[in-house]
Amino acid sequence: MTTFKIPDISWRAYRVWQRNRDSYMRFYKANILGNLGEPLMYLFGMGIGIGSYLGLIEGVSYMEFIAPGLIMGVAMYSASFECTFGAFTRMAEQKTYDGILATPLNVGDLVAGEILWGATKSLIGGSVMLFVIYVAGLMKTSILMLLPMLLLIFIIGLLFSSLSLTFTALCPSYDFFNYFFTLILAPMFFFSGIFFPLSNFPEWVKTASKFMPLTHAVNIARSLLSNMAHSSLIFSTLILVVFTTIFGIMSINLIEKRIIK
Amino acid sequence: MSSSEIITAKNLTKVYGKTIAVSGISFSINRGECYGFLGPNGAGKTTTMKMIHCFSPMTAGKLTVTEMDVRREQRKIKAIMGVVPQEENLDPDLKVLKNLIVYARYFDIPVKTAEERAIELLNFLQLKDKMNSKIGELSGGMKRRLLIARSLINNPKILILDEPTTGLDPQARHLIWQRLRLLKKNGITMILTTHYMEEASQLCDRVAIIDKGKILTEGEPKKLVADNIGTEVVEIRLEDENQEAILEQLNEFNFTYERAGDTLYLFSNNGKELLHSIVDVKHSQLLHRPATMEDLFLKLTGRGLRE
Repeated sequence: MTTFKIPDISWRAYRVWQRNRDSYMRFYKANILGNLGEPLMYLFGMGIGIGSYLGLIEGVSYMEFIAPGLIMGVAMYSASFECTFGAFTRMAEQKTYDGILATPLNVGDLVAGEILWGATKSLIGGSVMLFVIYVAGLMKTSILMLLPMLLLIFIIGLLFSSLSLTFTALCPSYDFFNYFFTLILAPMFFFSGIFFPLSNFPEWVKTASKFMPLTHAVNIARSLLSNMAHSSLIFSTLILVVFTTIFGIMSINLIEKRIIK
Repeated sequence: MSSSEIITAKNLTKVYGKTIAVSGISFSINRGECYGFLGPNGAGKTTTMKMIHCFSPMTAGKLTVTEMDVRREQRKIKAIMGVVPQEENLDPDLKVLKNLIVYARYFDIPVKTAEERAIELLNFLQLKDKMNSKIGELSGGMKRRLLIARSLINNPKILILDEPTTGLDPQARHLIWQRLRLLKKNGITMILTTHYMEEASQLCDRVAIIDKGKILTEGEPKKLVADNIGTEVVEIRLEDENQEAILEQLNEFNFTYERAGDTLYLFSNNGKELLHSIVDVKHSQLLHRPATMEDLFLKLTGRGLRE
């Protein structure tokens, strides 16, 4: 069961995070814009375009309904792009990992650094989105709720970085990321309750949705931003932590298996 | 173990799946020495190097670096090593100087020290003008020099060089050799692999010729050649049809020879005598030259192609 071996991680993971930050800072403006263009269009395009035909959904306007979930969507996609295409390039194309492993860092430090960086990308994209939503008056709770929101964004970042790196470790080439995005992330994006409640769908869709980590994140976000009661906050948080831990450990072991021969 | 030994391997073995890449080799490398691994492609050179710098875990045996076990003290061992890999892996997302500074950070070198050292090293490898260039703008020779600069950023005690000049033009190669000799003078221990016999003769105090995961012979380059080949070689290019007759003729003489395609190699410690005795041999071309590492290498590893 080497896939679930307890990894050896040190503070040196921060060195990998610093390397990625330095690389990111070259093009940070383009990077931020690239992350946010699409979700902002979803928010205002669908929020106004579709929202004006709709009454209240679960007691709030349509734009307010989709806002918290869209932040989670940004967090998910930011980390996922970074830890699939970005990480794969560093691992397989540029051989950056080989260079790093000739220093006192080991694979645990390296992958933990990548996960932390992916979560940071989520935090960057997610907090800009959160800011826009706050300014647009779509946040109805106390401003103090921004803090747990940022924490939630970061956890989602850790979760999807770990999941993406697990996939990256097994991926033979860039083409296979299509599977990841269209078969895993896209269904999550649509059936996690961001755009519509799942109450009108058949039972199996609702059940499947409960196994998606994004669903839990969306529910927590909604209760933090819109005063919507969520019956099992602790349970949902626990699910996210468990997912993150499992995929975090798996990603380190699988990347080790892939590059250390 | 004597205190002059910096690296010691006993029955070092590496198995990938069903392939035995390194098959129970033993060697020791002394402090301040330049030690070379020579061998054809797939001989196990790179695998041995990767085990020394704690990248590949060994399958069996014992391997210590400054008396630390490579299985247990990897971080400490890697902290005192510099590695020049065979495959270029500079960070293309960062410019030349930044490459060195970011690399120094992996070793916890403070930024100020790192900057000073980086500039010093760029000077040393004649790359100062390229400080702010992108990696993609560098030539193959510059990239290799930058890899060497990067490997020196942590003031390593041991330098690992995996084919440091393969694919470079003679100018770049000679510059690298000069620099490596200077480093050796400063007391750094070097371990290198190469296909170039001249490189081994230029740089190495001792070499090990390895093939199929085993060490065939080990020693000082000059002595190895003299002991196994002799001091002089005569190469005779033959016209095909005469070969059998000539071989018969040669059997009367008392020296070793080897035949490869249209060429005969005659080995001797006394070239004059040798030349004298083959005066009657009909040939299209004759070359009399000193024996080299290449003669020894080909004698030990054979002339078959390795792919």
